[in-house]
Formats: sequence, C-alpha cells, structure tokens
Amino acid sequence: MKGKTAILEGSRAVAEAVRACRPDVISVYPITPQTHILEDLARFVSSGRLKSQFVRADSEFSAASIVYGASAAGARAYTASASQGLLLMNEVIYAMASTRLPVVLTAVNRAISAPITIQPDHQDTMSLRDTGALQIHVESMQEAYDAHVQSFRIAEDPEVLLPLLICMDGWVLSHSYEPVTVFPDEAISEFAGTFHPVQKLDPANPLTYGSYADQDVLMEYRYALMLAQEKAKEKICSVTKEYKDIFGHFDGDLIDTHCTEDAEIILVAMGSMVSTIRAAVDELRAEGRKVGLIKVRTFRPFPGEEIIKACGKAPLIAVLDKSLSVNTGGILATEVKASFYGNPVQPVILPFMAGLGGKEVNRRVIKEIVDIASRSGDKQGPRKDTVWMGLDHGFFN
Amino acid sequence: MDLLLGGVCKAGESKRLETGKWRSFRPVVDRNRCIKCGKCADLCPDSCMEIKEDGAEVNLYYCKGCLICMRECPVKAITKEVEEK
Amino acid sequence: MLVELRIHGRGGQGSVAMAEMIAGAAFAEGKFAQAFPYLGGGGERRGAPVQAYARISDSPIKLREKIEEPDLVIVQDPSIMEMVDVLAGLKPGGILLINSEEPVDVSRKDVRICFVPAGKIAIETLGRPIMNTALIGALSRITGLVEVGTVEEVLRSKFPKEIAEKNILAVRKAFEQVGGAL
Repeated sequence: MKGKTAILEGSRAVAEAVRACRPDVISVYPITPQTHILEDLARFVSSGRLKSQFVRADSEFSAASIVYGASAAGARAYTASASQGLLLMNEVIYAMASTRLPVVLTAVNRAISAPITIQPDHQDTMSLRDTGALQIHVESMQEAYDAHVQSFRIAEDPEVLLPLLICMDGWVLSHSYEPVTVFPDEAISEFAGTFHPVQKLDPANPLTYGSYADQDVLMEYRYALMLAQEKAKEKICSVTKEYKDIFGHFDGDLIDTHCTEDAEIILVAMGSMVSTIRAAVDELRAEGRKVGLIKVRTFRPFPGEEIIKACGKAPLIAVLDKSLSVNTGGILATEVKASFYGNPVQPVILPFMAGLGGKEVNRRVIKEIVDIASRSGDKQGPRKDTVWMGLDHGFFN
Repeated sequence: MDLLLGGVCKAGESKRLETGKWRSFRPVVDRNRCIKCGKCADLCPDSCMEIKEDGAEVNLYYCKGCLICMRECPVKAITKEVEEK
Repeated sequence: MLVELRIHGRGGQGSVAMAEMIAGAAFAEGKFAQAFPYLGGGGERRGAPVQAYARISDSPIKLREKIEEPDLVIVQDPSIMEMVDVLAGLKPGGILLINSEEPVDVSRKDVRICFVPAGKIAIETLGRPIMNTALIGALSRITGLVEVGTVEEVLRSKFPKEIAEKNILAVRKAFEQVGGAL
C-alpha cells in the first residue's frame, strides 16, 4: 500500500500511528522526552481529529491507573512515559499485566536519576522487565510508527491480553526528524481493528479486579503470564508478517538480522544504536571482516531460541547493553548468556556496556568493540568481565 | 470463589465471608441509653452498625468485635460481653 | 554524497526548526535527510547555547551517531562564539556561516567563512529576531545544498500564508546579501 512520506519528528510519527488506531481513552502525564507525543495527541483530540477521552492526570501513577480502569471497562487505552515516570507506573503495570489488561504504552527511554539527566538509556524499561508487560524496542522513527500500528492487535489478542511497551530511545528517536511513511487512516484503523474484551467492568454484571488470592493460586497466575508471553511470540510474528504483506514494511519480528549468515563475530543490540551498527557492519564488511548484527526487537517475550538460531556457528557474540544490573552487568548480555546454557554450540559471549547514561556509541566505538571481541577469541581465552566502553577510569582516582 | 482470567472474580464475593466468626468480644447496645447519634455507624470499619427506630443495631454476621463503637459512644450506651463459642 | 551540518544558537531561536526545514527541503528535492537536536546540558532552556544537526545524503541514512566533524557550521548568534568553540571538528575546507553584518575573523585559515546580516533581515521582514529562515537563504546561495524554491515550498507548507510570505522574503534577502568566501 502506498503511504505519504514526509520528514516527521519521531514523536509525531508515534502520535500519527496512535491516532489512526483510535484509542478510546488516553491518559498521559508529561515528562521529558515523552511530552511531544502527549502534546501532539492532545492537539488531535482538541481539533476533533481524534475522538478519544483525554483524561488529565496528576502523576504517572494516576495516568497508569486511569488507563488501567479504562482498559478494565473494555476501552482501548493508551499512555506514555519515560524514566522516573515509568518507575512511578511500575506498580500499576504489574497489576495491568496480572489482571490481563492490554494497555499500550510508549516508553521513551531515558536514564534514571541520580544524577538527574535527560540522556537516553534502557534502565527505565529494564526496571519493568519482570512486570509481565511485553516490550518491543524500535530502531527508527519508521519502526516506531509501524510498531505502534501493530501494538494494539498484539496486546489485545484474546490469547495474549498483556500490556505492551513500545520502547524508543529518547531524543535520538523521539526528537529527531527523518522521512517517515504514514499510511491512510482508514487502512491503519482497519488493520488495528477494535478491542473485544473477554471480560470487562459492567454495572449490570459487576466484577472485582485485584481480588485477594493465596498460595493456592498465586503462582498459577504468574505462570499464566509465562504462557501468555509464549503466545505473544506467535502473534507478534503473524502480525508483523501481515503488516509486511499489506504495507510493505518489515522491521523484524522477534529479532532482525543483518549479515549474520557467515559471520564470525555477531553484535547483539537493541534500540536506536542498531541503525548505527548496521552502518558500521556495512563498512567492516567492505573491509572484508565477517561481522553480523542481531537486533533484539522484543525484549519480552525474549527471543532466546531465535537468537541462538541466528547465531548459527558464529564463535563470537558481542552483546551491547544500555542498562545495568549492578554487580552482574549488562541485562541483555545476561539474558543472551542464559539462553545459550545447554546449547550444543557454545560461542564466546562478550558483554559490553555501551551507551549507558547516553555515552556515545558511534561507528568508532562499535569497531573498537569488534576489535576487542576479535582479540578475545585467541588463546588468551574468553573474557568474562563486562567491557565498559568509554568509561573514564581517571574518575575513580 | 471462582477466579476468572487475571484473578478477576465476580464483585461482592466478600459478602459471603462471615467475619463475625473472628469475634472474641461482642458489643451490646443499651437501647435505653442510645441517643441514635450515628457515631458508631460512622466509625465502624465493617459498616456493621445500623441506626434503627429504637437505637443502634449490630450486624453480628460481620462484626469482628473491635469495639471501636464502645470506645467512641458519647453516652456509654455500648458495653462488651465475652463471646461464647 | 553525505553532508553533515551543525547549527549553533540559543534556546528559543529555532535551531532545531532550522535543521528540520533544511532536512525537509533536501527531502523534497529527492535526497535523504535527518535532523536532530543536541542532547544534554540540562535540556533546552530559552537563552542557553544549544546545537542542532542535520545530515543530507543521496542514500538512506542509517547513522544515529553525533556529528563530530561537520562539513558546515551555522552560527545564529555570534555572541555564542565567546562561550562555545563553533569551529570544533569543522572539516578543513568546510564552511562557517555566521549571522553578522560584517566579516568575522576566526582562528582557522583552512575554512571558508561567510556572513549574512540575518538578524537585521529578520527584524525587517518578520519584526522579530528569528533568523533561522534567513540563514537557510544564505546557505542555499553558498552551497546549493537546497534550492531557494524548495525552501519556499517548505515554508508555505509549514506556516500560515502571511508568516510564510514574510519568511520567504527573509530567505530571498539573505540570498542576495550574503558575503564572504562564496
């Protein structure tokens, strides 16, 4: 299908997609760098281009609670936040997941205080890792648009019914401009369909959300989230394929790969730095170096099997992390390593801290990572420790 | 209690729970002293007090025996009795 | 072809909008383009020195790294030059375009320096010191990176008619009045 391509701000691309998906209820509390999305949606509602209930909230906790209630009442509900705002939503997102409410949330990734900053990294959404919510990380404004169009279908599927976070790096994606193709509203609305809840709040047939449970069923309800996330894998694959068939865009399903087939070193990363890694891989390939890339698109559900398959027989895997679990290291690297446990092919998996707190990850840094990884493959044996790219060791003297 | 998807259940299920069984002291209202001010009804955490024509009445199906009503009654119309099991 | 440019201004002067308009004009001419703000310094505050960036290319742009060695530097407010090294990383043979009524001396001899009275033109045409559109007019004259006609189209689609026409006048005046190493 043909769309209209124009230079758009990333936040605007998101707002266009959300508008065409016609959420019934929107409640967002402003926080940098998410605010442009909120402003665009508020303008759409005020001009009548979007007929949503736009509910103002006095905090992120309230905003999340409002969309929780709306979703429980059977509404298609949307919110967005960043950084500390996401931390404040944390409790409500656990409840959304456990009570199976398919709220779509744009997480504009920003580092967590302190020190206070507006720099982008993945620490905020990683703190929501275990809530049960799905997480899709995008690398471009176009993918941000595409993923939002796909999001409601995935979250609201009767076999999934989980909140879904679309994670996009602050500034690099939210406040930058590039060509984005926007498809006709009718086509997007049709693709996004409507929400048909399996149960909902209804005065004529009242239900209790958040009822009490004991050890007899509590573990069962957590296990149900495991099953729902496995189902989500299938749905994400089918929805992204259908999107590709109709609109011609494909940004990956659970993962995306670039030059992995014969690669001797494979870089694994998420978010906006994936695009720069693509450029670096192309340059390294031109020099004859066998380097490949795996983009982890869905951090939840985690595509462990898909990563193993895409790695093939590559002996070296370098994982680039923009989040830290203190005392163990990069969170993505930890999960990639866990996925390989017991696998017949055992590559050397090297963790790199790259981009934490907005530290620059450019082609030079990426090539340095490839060089360090290459050296690690020789007889000195594998390095176990996380390599902190650009860390100022003088800081600690 | 039947739990649906996501631990959701029919509303009002807790009505079936007889919390009166938890009681070790029972509030007893002296209807001759009760002035029907409604303070006990306002303060009862389980909404067990109802002000009737001739004074306050305790719903013993739900009353847990906390005795807030006794402590707060401005005319000392409520006393306690040990619950006989 | 990949051209990278950096804009220096103060918060509120429309540096990011300028990068966006340049990207929009390049895109309208069939090129690929990207515009983005500088991250950090505690966020965008009115009056604080800020930077914005743009990339223009013949092929799709994958890079999302900062621009460290621009081909072009545009200075909206010359008073910033006392606080910020606007020449930092500017490629040898690169272009420095400054909002100034007179030629400006800088420490480097290996760059082309151009100047245009963009502030004066903005006051004449818009009645307020928003000189981003005038500077795009000068940029067009110096580099041919974007055509004036395309810039005019972008302005017409971005602003209401009256404001667009005033900005177009600013673009045209700057196109005529730019001086230095053309």
